[in-house]
Amino acid sequence: MLDSGTIRVRWRASAGLTGDVLVYLTVPLTFPLLVGLYYGESLLPFLVAIATTLALGGGLRQFRDPEADLGPREAFLAVASIWLLVAAVGAVPFLVAGVGTVAHPVNAMFESMSGLTTTGATVLEDFSIHSQSVLMWRQLIQWLGGLGILILATAVLSEIGVGGAQLMESETQTQDLNKLTPRISQTAQLIWGLYLGLTGLAIATYFALGLAVDPQMDLYNAIAHAFTSVSTAGFSPEPLSVGAFHPAIQWAVVPFMIAGSTSFVLMYFAINGEPMRLLKNDEFHFYLGSIAVFAAIVALVLYADPETNYGLEGTVRHAVFNVASIVTTTGYASTDYVLWAPGAKHMLFMGMFLGGMVGSTTCSIKSLRWLVALRAFKRDLFTSIHPESIRPVRNSGKPVDEETIRDIYAYILLSVVIFFLLTVFVVADAERAGARVGEFEAMGAAASTFLNIGPAFGDAGPYGTYTTFPMTTRAVMIVLMWIGRIEIIPVLVLFTKAFWTS
Amino acid sequence: MHVVVIGAGEVGTSIAANLASDHEVVVIDVDAGRTEDLKYQYDVLTITGDGTTSPVQESADVGTADMVIACTDNDQTNLVACGTAKTFGDAFTIARVKSTTYLRTWERDGNAFDVDFMVCTDLLTAENIVRVIGLPAAIDVDPFAGDLVQMAEFEIGAESPVADQTIAEADRFESLTFVGLFRDGEMIIPRGDTRIQPCDRAVVIGSPESVQAFANDIAPDTTPNEAEEIVIVGGSEIGYQTGRLLEERGLSSRLIEQDHDRARWLAEQLPNTVVMEHDATDTAFLTREHVDEADIVVTALDSDERNLLVAVLAKRLGVDRVVAVVDSADYVTVFEEIGIDVAINPRTVTAEEITRFTFESVAENIAVLENDQAEVLELELSDGCALVGRPIQELVEEIDAKFVIGAIVRDRQHVTPRGDTVLQPGDHVIVLVETAFAGSLASMA
Repeated sequence: MLDSGTIRVRWRASAGLTGDVLVYLTVPLTFPLLVGLYYGESLLPFLVAIATTLALGGGLRQFRDPEADLGPREAFLAVASIWLLVAAVGAVPFLVAGVGTVAHPVNAMFESMSGLTTTGATVLEDFSIHSQSVLMWRQLIQWLGGLGILILATAVLSEIGVGGAQLMESETQTQDLNKLTPRISQTAQLIWGLYLGLTGLAIATYFALGLAVDPQMDLYNAIAHAFTSVSTAGFSPEPLSVGAFHPAIQWAVVPFMIAGSTSFVLMYFAINGEPMRLLKNDEFHFYLGSIAVFAAIVALVLYADPETNYGLEGTVRHAVFNVASIVTTTGYASTDYVLWAPGAKHMLFMGMFLGGMVGSTTCSIKSLRWLVALRAFKRDLFTSIHPESIRPVRNSGKPVDEETIRDIYAYILLSVVIFFLLTVFVVADAERAGARVGEFEAMGAAASTFLNIGPAFGDAGPYGTYTTFPMTTRAVMIVLMWIGRIEIIPVLVLFTKAFWTS
Repeated sequence: MHVVVIGAGEVGTSIAANLASDHEVVVIDVDAGRTEDLKYQYDVLTITGDGTTSPVQESADVGTADMVIACTDNDQTNLVACGTAKTFGDAFTIARVKSTTYLRTWERDGNAFDVDFMVCTDLLTAENIVRVIGLPAAIDVDPFAGDLVQMAEFEIGAESPVADQTIAEADRFESLTFVGLFRDGEMIIPRGDTRIQPCDRAVVIGSPESVQAFANDIAPDTTPNEAEEIVIVGGSEIGYQTGRLLEERGLSSRLIEQDHDRARWLAEQLPNTVVMEHDATDTAFLTREHVDEADIVVTALDSDERNLLVAVLAKRLGVDRVVAVVDSADYVTVFEEIGIDVAINPRTVTAEEITRFTFESVAENIAVLENDQAEVLELELSDGCALVGRPIQELVEEIDAKFVIGAIVRDRQHVTPRGDTVLQPGDHVIVLVETAFAGSLASMA
């Protein structure tokens, strides 16, 4: 037992903030309530969820101590607990509705955490038995998760200097302007506005295209897919994902997935008359370039494979769509890529580790880290020949300090190690439980959950579910989705003694 | 002209020596020994005291002075001295500074610190070095408008790629103007269809980058290009500025600096320069990094002894050209005697610049060409003068003399003159003119 006198974290401040967020969560919870009202479905799941949220949030707020300030440690604790508790509350509607696989607490939590972390891995088996309002809640929680991570990345993490955030901050630095705007809340508002605007544009685009070419894309589906494309999250109320719609709609989804994983700070500048800051950004080039290269390779593999006959447009569309979906960490599918040739599947697997730009809703390792790491490695090759040379690594022309480079190396290494450990665990646990899980499926599922992409391969493919994996594996995946989403450090640091006592 | 010089160090002494014969010169210095020496050497009045204070300046009669030159070794002293001088009257103030930061501040409006003209020793030295190593093919190179514009004269060899081309063919650079051709001692005003012949001497005016590129065009063998190995030893301010200017001219170099933090800073500032952190007097290191195969080595360390050592080492290793920065003017000849190709003394460079500046009042800067057949002038156009407000083409038709406008500097930006360019008050115009007409053109500005 920890003696409360030695705890050096002002946890009351964290509890207060977490309580606030939970209380605010009741506002978005009314949206599925309205959907339920419209379709004449049971409102009970959401009424219970709202009551739970209010009780939990209100309870946590009681701990608030006006004396306690929110410092870096308290922010770590708050961030970790917000993501955990919001996911827990998000599981309530699934439990109360009590339909299908998600009636089980672990499955409900899996679905909710997968939603909040914008992963998009699902344990739903039969979509038709769920009510429209519960399916919409799945979409909405992803949209909220995207919004949360944007605010976290642009406003909070840069303040406490975690992950790629300090890089992003230096990226936006100009001589007279340190951040987008001087205050956190203002930055958050600008980003929030941009996110909202992008979502509105996506709804309008999908709905208009639906009217034109595909009646299945009605307003419900337009909203549902807009929610999960700009948040690069990937849930779909359709069992066939975006593959259920007309090719024109599939093409239209691609730019929104890419926008969702482009730096919102740079997009903000681009909209406000400084497009060059985005267009001349090294990370943006690297990011678009990697999507293009991966898509080209996948298209060539598919074209060469006699078993797949999509035609020219279809080949290009399926390659671009699914590569973009995986690299942006969205996790939609336009077709069941599990049936593709191994070469194409392995490219998608590699793509899982890329991720979009820092300061977006994207997950995974992110292009900026890869870009800086590759440049640092190239630099190290040069200095091995010229040991006396001093050569700073540059990103968009600006030198990156050596400490940041070490952090990036460490982050990539840590991600890869966790991925391996999870893979081994998935394989071992499947063997213990007698489940049929191959090594590639295990690797795919480990990467896809920890890096928050969503679908994997085999049974956990885009048209499958994660119910093949034993309950214990699913429970561990819940934890890893949580860790992976908030950039590993804020969670891991909670498990160090130094965090609490020194 | 009544000139007050504050500081009787090497720079001040050199300026006083140059001006003493034609002007009424007063020299102020805190060191009684120095003022005493100067008094007996040259025909100048000397005052011992702090030149920044008003009683001392009053006794030097700064109120009636035409020009005050503050050239002590201390930047702040010079700036304060200029400020004090402006309280007495309207003397033209010149300050010498080492720090480029002060220069950049002054350049923002040209009046900061009450300084009318600022000379930055380190930058000036670096510009000098870059001219020496960048344009060995030029017969003559002169900077104008604070090195924003260069005038260069080249002899066109028979094997030069531009020989037998027309001006229109040879002039491929946006910010470069052909202002004159000398053929058999005769000046020709070039037109687009004028053909360049071998043994012609061509005079061009343009941005330093375009002059460098042009030199590369006409004399590819002697002009350093990207393949040339340039090594700068010492990351002092002069070393840094040299690297920066070389980068601007499209030449990359290697810079050796011993201090870790300074080396890191230099590497961050100079993206196209390879910065190495090591002791440059370590011959094993120099050989390992193939410094012996370098075409040009510039030594810009902080002490003359170390510069000498490195320069001699580089020469012994077989470097083609060694340019050394020599802090003490007395050693310049020593350096050159033992075989260092060029020894540059920052103080001499500064004194020359200031002296050059004091010679002419309206024409700020002049260069004389080909036995005084033609001159290149820098004119600052005053409000309402005869040259402003009309396109250059009209001026050329109207004024009955051989002259070519080579470059215009407006708000510290280079403007390429065209027939329809309209001159504005405040423009600095760099113009080549027949010597006979130089006086009357200057009076029109």
